[in-house]
Amino acid sequence: MTRTLARLLQAPSVILLLLWMVVPLGMTIYFSTIRYQLLYPERSGFVGWSNYEFFFTDPAFWPAILNTLTLVGSVLIITVGLGLAIALLIDRSFPGRGVLRVLLISPFFIMPTVNALLWKNMMLHPIYGLFAVFAGFFGLEPIEWLKDAPLLSVIMIVSWQWTPFAILIFITSLQNFDSEQKEAALLDGAGFRARFIYLILPHLARPIAVVIMIQTIFHLSIFAEIFVTTSGGPGVQSTNLAFLIFAQALQGFDVGVASAGGVLAIILANIVAFFLIRMIGRNLAV
Amino acid sequence: MTDRQKQRLLHRSIVTLAWIIGLLMFFPIFWMILTAFKTEQQAISTPPLLFFEPSFDNFLLIQERTDYTKHALNSIITSFGGTALAMIIAIPAACAMAFKPSHLTRDVLLWMLSTKMLPAVGVLMPIYLICQKFGLLDSRFALVFIYAMINLPIIMMILFNYFRDIPKEILEASRMDGASTFAEITQVVMPLARGGIAATAFLSIVLCWNEAFWSIVLTSSDAGTLVALVASFSSPEGLFWAKLSAVSTLACAPIMIFGWFVQKQLVQGMTFGAVK
Repeated sequence: MTRTLARLLQAPSVILLLLWMVVPLGMTIYFSTIRYQLLYPERSGFVGWSNYEFFFTDPAFWPAILNTLTLVGSVLIITVGLGLAIALLIDRSFPGRGVLRVLLISPFFIMPTVNALLWKNMMLHPIYGLFAVFAGFFGLEPIEWLKDAPLLSVIMIVSWQWTPFAILIFITSLQNFDSEQKEAALLDGAGFRARFIYLILPHLARPIAVVIMIQTIFHLSIFAEIFVTTSGGPGVQSTNLAFLIFAQALQGFDVGVASAGGVLAIILANIVAFFLIRMIGRNLAV
Repeated sequence: MTDRQKQRLLHRSIVTLAWIIGLLMFFPIFWMILTAFKTEQQAISTPPLLFFEPSFDNFLLIQERTDYTKHALNSIITSFGGTALAMIIAIPAACAMAFKPSHLTRDVLLWMLSTKMLPAVGVLMPIYLICQKFGLLDSRFALVFIYAMINLPIIMMILFNYFRDIPKEILEASRMDGASTFAEITQVVMPLARGGIAATAFLSIVLCWNEAFWSIVLTSSDAGTLVALVASFSSPEGLFWAKLSAVSTLACAPIMIFGWFVQKQLVQGMTFGAVK
């Protein structure tokens, strides 16, 4: 393979991705500086920063940023923590392990819309939902999850889907663990804590990094789970940045303001990405 | 109690705990499938019914009222099409990067990955307007292309990791035998990295199947995928749980069963081949 040929083979992927990135990005930046309302096409022209100003001063803006970060942070903590715990629990041989594994990882394959509707109706519904039935069984007042704790509900729904992802990766990685090392540590009388801190955690550093990176990519722009359950409400209590922009663009018909929001979302993602890429660059021999 | 007995007791309680957790995790799915076989009345009965006479009416009604087959077909076409397109672009490129690396390779790969950080909402308006302009709203073609683009970075990353593990001597040997680059890729690299290529494709198919932003925003009746079909059931509050469960079960079953069979490969794919 000559150098020229190598470049030629890489060209389609690089050019397509470049177009896929640059064209929409350029258009988004351009739209964000003009007046562009779908309902009033006659209003147009350059407006400078005013779309950004409008988006910034939107009372929903800061809550949305905060919700976005809370969502990503909480889901990461829950999924990595639970994933680790469960992976360690099933990291032993017992009959039916394969079946249990299938049960544990299945939620990952459920599509987000189904996941959200399933939880909204059959689990969290304040009258017929199973949570309410259980609460009633213990004589407790049922909670209107989506109204009283909307963000928590979304966090729960997303975590249910992504904990299996963490389990799947951690358990696979644990299985490749050098069993001689484990036995040596046991013989030396190392307790569970010592083994966890000095053996297991270092071994799992890379899988954990991968899990965090992939999940952050997906969770920064969580959309379907919110769209289907709370529609960002009540008020803006469960509106994240992705949903706010969607609401501006396709419900408010204001392309200019939505584009300004888009640019901000891209900037936020890149701040997070900067740290993530550094982390993954360290952890993956690229 | 002797130490041995203590160990055994601990083992048993851990296994029991693991089963309880597993059953709890799976319970919502079990409940969804169960509800799919209930009548609407049974679906919202209190206390919830665990035993009842199963009926298939919901499934029949779904097929009658919505077009399940069409949506399923759209899901299949877009996920397999998007994956195939991305693989066709990615395999030669990843080969070139792995076997003829330059000082830029690392940066190019990280740049590609960084395009995944571009949030879909950030480019929603341009893509929407471009599709509108070219009459590609609600078209499978647009979805195939978009799915190929959003998965290309991950696919490149994984394939690169796999190809790099192939010993270069094998390639050199085949070159000595006079193999062309095309033959090298199709007859040497692809068979050797078959597992990796399959893992990558599987992951991409699952991601496409469950992709829920572009499919909701860009499609309606013609190119609507199963994700969009289910989303269209989100408006009526609480009244059609049994039918909703039936359509959800139908939407998820194919990919879930697929996922059970290929879980090992999926992990390899998801961790860029870092965890094998």
